[in-house]
Amino acid sequence: MRDPYNVVITGVGGQGNVLASLLVGAVLVDKGYKVTIGETYGASQRGGSVMSHVRISRDRQYGPLIPPGMADLVIALEPTEAARVLAQYGFDETVAVVNTRPVHPVDVISGNMQYPALDALFERIMSLSKNAYMVAATDKALEMGNAILANIILIGAVAGLGLLPINEDDIEKAVSTYLSPNRVEMNRSAFVGGQQLVKGWACSCRN
Amino acid sequence: MSLLSLDAPGKEVLLMGNEAMARGAIEAGVRVAAAYPGNPSSEIIGSLAEVAQTLDMYVEWSVNEKVALEVAAAAAASGLNALVAMKQNGLNVAADFLLNLNLTGILGGLVLVVCDDPSGISSTNEQDTRIYAKLADLPLFEPGTFHEAKDMIKEAFQVSRRLGTVCMLRSVTRISHARGNVTLGAIPKDKIKPYFDPHVRLMALPGAPSHIVVHQRLKQAQEIFESSSFNAYDGPEKPELLVITCGAGYLFSQEAISILGLGDRVGLLKIGTTWPLPERMILSILANASRVLFVEEVDPVLENNVKALYADNNSRLPRIEFLGKKSGHVPDVGELSPGLVIQVLSGIMEAPWGRGNDERSRLAADTLQRFAPQRSLAFCAGCPHRASFWAIKNALALDGRNGILFGDIGCYSLAVLPTGFSQSKTLHAMGSGMGMASGFGVLDRLGSDQPSLAVCGDSTFYHAVIPALINGVHHSSNFLLIVLDNSATAMTGFQPHPGSPVNAAGLPAKPLLIEDICQSLGVKTVIHDPFDVSGTSLILWELLQEKGPRVLILRQQCALVRGKKEGKRFTVSVNPDRCLGEQCGCSRLCTRVFRCPGLRWNASAGKAEIDEAICTGCGVCADICPAGAIQKEKQSS
Repeated sequence: MRDPYNVVITGVGGQGNVLASLLVGAVLVDKGYKVTIGETYGASQRGGSVMSHVRISRDRQYGPLIPPGMADLVIALEPTEAARVLAQYGFDETVAVVNTRPVHPVDVISGNMQYPALDALFERIMSLSKNAYMVAATDKALEMGNAILANIILIGAVAGLGLLPINEDDIEKAVSTYLSPNRVEMNRSAFVGGQQLVKGWACSCRN
Repeated sequence: MSLLSLDAPGKEVLLMGNEAMARGAIEAGVRVAAAYPGNPSSEIIGSLAEVAQTLDMYVEWSVNEKVALEVAAAAAASGLNALVAMKQNGLNVAADFLLNLNLTGILGGLVLVVCDDPSGISSTNEQDTRIYAKLADLPLFEPGTFHEAKDMIKEAFQVSRRLGTVCMLRSVTRISHARGNVTLGAIPKDKIKPYFDPHVRLMALPGAPSHIVVHQRLKQAQEIFESSSFNAYDGPEKPELLVITCGAGYLFSQEAISILGLGDRVGLLKIGTTWPLPERMILSILANASRVLFVEEVDPVLENNVKALYADNNSRLPRIEFLGKKSGHVPDVGELSPGLVIQVLSGIMEAPWGRGNDERSRLAADTLQRFAPQRSLAFCAGCPHRASFWAIKNALALDGRNGILFGDIGCYSLAVLPTGFSQSKTLHAMGSGMGMASGFGVLDRLGSDQPSLAVCGDSTFYHAVIPALINGVHHSSNFLLIVLDNSATAMTGFQPHPGSPVNAAGLPAKPLLIEDICQSLGVKTVIHDPFDVSGTSLILWELLQEKGPRVLILRQQCALVRGKKEGKRFTVSVNPDRCLGEQCGCSRLCTRVFRCPGLRWNASAGKAEIDEAICTGCGVCADICPAGAIQKEKQSS
């Protein structure tokens, strides 16, 4: 893993990216890393684009924001948010793991703007990253009974691809320490569900 | 077991800056904590509330910031350590008390944390509250990291107790809402019994004596700060450029110097105690400087104070060129970012910085334009406010007299935007909607014929609307106050308020009902469910035809709370045979105008759809569809 290893977790307000970043950070602090997370809260949550910057290092506590063009990994809960973040924070070595399910902005719902064609959008995400993995996390979450699980499913996929050193036991421990014990089972199965989604997918990424 | 109460000195855990400050207070032996919630400060008291019972503390969500400070001051007057936290706007509310409390001083320890919101990410302004420390002659701390935030709270309590003064700590979004490794310290075991010595008078009096004492305390604080480890210089002995920074600017500057490879040319002076300044310490660094760059959020406070210090001592110092907000090198509005600081330093030091290449930059610009549609702020799917403002819009249109709706602070502030059908015409401070409606409602005496309406949330009602409501009633103003009661302080994380049956610690509390308060003032008060959109519109129209003070409480739980508790109320679907799309004549009322995020417009089919991953099943869109194409079916579970 490069040091610092810079991860952006992005999505739309309400998709649970703050929780995802908290769990990733908690696991890595427990493994002895220095982790800094910067995130957006408040008004911007209401239907807006949200980002958590997660910075992981063996020896230094980095600042809460990643400088432009320096994200090593982009985890996106929404595909146009992946494009937005890759354009600002990506560089030629950036790897992206992207939930395929669009969330239409109100300006698209109202007809003032167009949501980009999905195939062109996915192609653009690929061309802005070294490797991009498109994961149907929301579909899997709905299958499991709750769309909100997409965040942990996607983290499971990231772990399954070998992009972050996290396993299901780590997630279980982090959930019970930082959230509550009665949320362990649901989050653990979501994480494992995500790992299964990417089983057998080749990952040529340096880690 | 919460990490906040974990008695494991030396253990490293991941904490948010706000949690780190709460932990610092616990390690300082805090016994009382109070606040009114407001981002980016809410988690300080929120996390203390969670461990209040375990650690034998008293923690409350106060009715507003002024009362929170008063509650904390009473504890400090009784010898305890007390913490009070608020967002930047909150200090304006508390300022009247603060500018008298500074004169009397305190007996225990009192730390006032104010979390500023540069760029106003979740605020209506980005005021720099450091000015208040100078105004009130109070010692001011500014943490540069979340770990330091914890240690600074402990030090602030020590200074507060030692000097008998309130100490201020100013945080910003990127400290409060950042998370990082924090090493836990010990939790003190001994508890002081609160006792207010009846021989003591805490009395602010006009005239010089108490003001002189305040200045003496400040001198003592300055002496302590001269040797504080929160102030540190790192860099070459004679730097080409000296960066002076504080707060979030510290980590950004540190990284910018490192990324640009300027470590042997640029020195970094971090000031953690920004008022009063550690003058001798700063002068010793300035003695080796020729150019100085200030990096701080938002106003040039450090910049002006250091320049004033330089002016007083320039005969003993070299000629120095000062760069910062005044010189135009750093923007004088908005938040800092690492990219911005890198750019500024790169320009001044002529140190090139670029990521990627021209081809990538072109692709990035094109992506932002074509593949990243903007996301305007909007009420959540199933938010009762959308239904309320829909009814308000209908009633005002039917009334036809250009009634004016005065807005207020909360999620429903968004009603100035299309998501609330642009119904609110003003947005200022907590409670100011009702105050302005009270004033607008008396203008009929001067010839106005426009109806006066105000909107406020349940928590805002208690915070600052009540005095304005009383004012309107007493002066027989003609107004309609609409209270959007979603049973939570929703914007900041669902904290309880005086209408809640529980307090901050989750213990039973006496709920003061909004309708009881209004009725006790003799105001006609109607309660309705905004999800009944047509019924609400009619009630609103009827109330608009009446004179005098009127209150309509639109009561429906916040969609986020409702979703967690009850799940979906209805399964909502669009019958494609009934949805006529562009041919309907409704002009796509559901998607173009109502705009709930749970709806989608399928352009190729020319019909509306429901996004099952987002829809919360409130069923309101089914009621507004004129073709009856949107159907709702009761959830069986």
